Amino acid sequence: MAEASIQPLTVTLKVNGRDYTVTVEPRWTLADVLRHQLGLTGTHVGCEQGVCGACTVLVDGEPARSCLMFAVQMEGHEIVTIEGLTPEAGLSPLQEAFHRHHALQCGFCTPGMLVTATALLNQGKPLTEETVREALSGNLCRCTGYQFIVDAVMDAQGGK
Amino acid sequence: MANWVGQAWDRIEDLRLLTGRGRFVADLTAPGLVSVAFVRSPHAHAAINRVDLEPARRTPGVVAAFSGADLAPHIALGVTEQPPLALQAVHYVGEPVAVVVAEDRYAAEDGVEAVAVDWTPLPVVTDVRVALAEGAPTVVAGRPNLIAERRIGYGDVAAQFARAAVVVQERLVIHRATAQPLETRGVMAIPDPDGSGVTVWTTTQSPHELRRSLARSLRLSEDKVRVRTPDVGGSFGVKNRLYPEEVVVAWLAMRLVRPVRWIEDRLEHFAATQHEREQVHEVELAADAEGRLLALRDRFVVDNGAYVRGGVTVMQRTAMTIPGPYRLPALEAVGRLVRTHKTPIGPYRGAGRPQGCFVMERMMDRLAEAVGQDRAEVRRRNLIPPDAFPYATGIESPERVVYDSGDFPAVLEEALALAGWDQAAARIEAARQEGRWIGIGLAMNVEDTGGGGYEGARVRVDGNGEVTVYSGAVAQGQGHETAFAQVAAEVLDLPPERIRVALGDTDDIPLGIGTFGSRATTLAGNAVRESAIAVRRQIVEWAARLLEADPEDVVWEGGAAYVRGVPERRISLEAIAARANPLTPIPMGPEGPLPLGLEATTYFQSAPTYSSGCHACWVEVDPRTGQVRVLDYVVVHDCGRMLNPKLVEGQIYGGVLFGLSTVLLEELRYGEDGQLLTTTFLDYPLPTTTEMPPLRIAHRETPSPRNPLGIKGAGESGTIPALAALTAAVEDALKPFGVHLTELPLTPERLLQALAQSQSRP
Ligand code: FES
Ligand code: FES
Repeated sequence: MAEASIQPLTVTLKVNGRDYTVTVEPRWTLADVLRHQLGLTGTHVGCEQGVCGACTVLVDGEPARSCLMFAVQMEGHEIVTIEGLTPEAGLSPLQEAFHRHHALQCGFCTPGMLVTATALLNQGKPLTEETVREALSGNLCRCTGYQFIVDAVMDAQGGK
Repeated sequence: MANWVGQAWDRIEDLRLLTGRGRFVADLTAPGLVSVAFVRSPHAHAAINRVDLEPARRTPGVVAAFSGADLAPHIALGVTEQPPLALQAVHYVGEPVAVVVAEDRYAAEDGVEAVAVDWTPLPVVTDVRVALAEGAPTVVAGRPNLIAERRIGYGDVAAQFARAAVVVQERLVIHRATAQPLETRGVMAIPDPDGSGVTVWTTTQSPHELRRSLARSLRLSEDKVRVRTPDVGGSFGVKNRLYPEEVVVAWLAMRLVRPVRWIEDRLEHFAATQHEREQVHEVELAADAEGRLLALRDRFVVDNGAYVRGGVTVMQRTAMTIPGPYRLPALEAVGRLVRTHKTPIGPYRGAGRPQGCFVMERMMDRLAEAVGQDRAEVRRRNLIPPDAFPYATGIESPERVVYDSGDFPAVLEEALALAGWDQAAARIEAARQEGRWIGIGLAMNVEDTGGGGYEGARVRVDGNGEVTVYSGAVAQGQGHETAFAQVAAEVLDLPPERIRVALGDTDDIPLGIGTFGSRATTLAGNAVRESAIAVRRQIVEWAARLLEADPEDVVWEGGAAYVRGVPERRISLEAIAARANPLTPIPMGPEGPLPLGLEATTYFQSAPTYSSGCHACWVEVDPRTGQVRVLDYVVVHDCGRMLNPKLVEGQIYGGVLFGLSTVLLEELRYGEDGQLLTTTFLDYPLPTTTEMPPLRIAHRETPSPRNPLGIKGAGESGTIPALAALTAAVEDALKPFGVHLTELPLTPERLLQALAQSQSRP
């Protein structure tokens, strides 16, 4: 039975607006397929326990933990990763705000933070420090102490 | 000269990290790459009777599998106390026992599951008291349970106690915790095509140390091992020093002649990466009737876990931190490092210092109580005055502790003013009227930074005029690329954008120590400065030759040289660099040749510098739930001159939250059978945006006289006093309940217990 569950399947994933047809084992997580099959290593894996948020991507516009999803389930969904949130040249206004506010140190949590913050900003609601904290409370950062991340998101709401 | 040093410059490293283009070890790949998973011990102590790898080898996708016995003949054992793969017995849960190599990690884990190990469980020791008791089981055969006993101190402690008017005593307990960087450890090893050497990409904090240890383990010369660090996702101390997996992966790459990669998962990280903090102190403090310190006596025990890694350092730093900013006439700290069947310990953020600071500061609060003085006043009375530097504390070993500079009274007064210390009583009273329990806490510290010998930097201008700074002082988020570029830019009078910083390739610079103990910026920063000064001199000499002038008359400015008074005739760095790094024969003038190349390597050596600070914080405690909320947190901090205030503030914000979660959240728990009970972020919660306290920082800059940049380290001082300051604040909030807090962390459970046990009621 272990053999059966690892029979590869072919799926088409829509990532950052582009279709990728890949052969994957059913047990491979979306995070692993993005990183190792598609080479989109900006999505990070910090815990594989669904807690740290480093692996956050947008699935149909909503933040989701790619370590808890299987790639085979993702056919027909729109996936956006940090690579898809990055302009051809330079930085997005949110990325700029992170840069200005020193909102990253090691940068390992950063892609997940940016993805989560993007979903928040996309809601277009006015933000308070409280709502920003709330929205980011599922993304762990061990380096920054969070304050500058919250500041950056608050600051980006104007520019976004 | 442009003033780049001291500016809050935005970081160079951000651009790749913000766009998903960082390169962390798990992002690296190579043709033919195979993945590794480890078989780890499920027992805290057991004999290994047999390891059957055959079922693993038959698992689809598995390439190879090896046990400790397979590995042992091929490598030098004894480089570390712990063998890379266990041999006859295991001594903690999570100890690596065998390794499976497969086409991908899923298959490698299938292989691990198929391995059958025959164990005989042996008696387990998880408590240092048991380990030290008469007739205790030996934790690791052939090795003593008491690893080391160190007496650190000075002065006549007995005589001081004899004349004391007041003696306060306390038993302080700090439980086990760990750093948990968001990126786990990882290694990728690529063999040389002819199998004679290996390149090891790893998350280490100390590439040069690793090169040496790996070369010894693999019985190779150092130049056959190249250690490189990619971007690293935080470390805080726990990615330092050789780990078993690094030896195994490097050996596998050479043995299989294929690139091999291991990425630790979070479950492994909890058990396989070093822990710290766990100590028990029995302290007595003697003072005169006015609360002036006479002597401190501390007997403490450090739970080392199974094998020696960095436990001795932790123990020593704890003892050496005790005197802090105070004149303490006599000290006797006796530490014992004791073996148990738990994960080995080693330093992380603070490295024993938070515990030492906790001891001193808690005792200062007890003393204030005993002599009926204000907690700030008792500190004020004992501070080393600003004119006393250099100040020899009296500690002579393991190293002489002589503070270089500081202004402790100013630091204290500023923190008190910012936190509203003088109005505290009224504020607390007003809150109590509303049925709220709030309190204020205070803690000071002095921290040795930038110790441990030397660090190096090489500055090179290549033939196209590109400037690169190389160093072994790798970064895991601290922003060294930016800080070093600022220093080089200032000396070379170039914009920082023109400086590239390349860290952590042992082929780039022959010597290095690494990044830990708040040392990298101080030591490597000054090495960058010295190397850049040497390169600037070379540039000017070459410019003089090309301009046919005396070097004295050459002006170097904004990336070009000219003869004083003739700024129209300029010669660019590119032109100078092309001539100094020639590819064609150069005509030799009558003056003879100039040394070729624009390049210098220097190693900056220094005794430690001493950063200082004061934390003051307000908390609110709910006595019904045991919940603590931080209302306000003030840090006054003096780390000498700041290379980049932004980077320093980042360190402090992060450091305070680190300390806060040591006090309120984090505890690694073991069962009596030695099972680690906390192995996910659910049972070992890290702080989130919800725990983030409102924080205010004030900087004082007392330059260090021990280095030309006048800088001191800043990486750990956000954390060190936080334990004591927050504990004091919680205790203050619960004062009417008569609660004495002596055990960390202050989980709601523990607070409720303390409340239940206390006799007084408000
Ligand atoms: S890696 Fe997915 S939540 Fe941590
Ligand atoms: S910047 Fe390191 S984990 Fe957030």
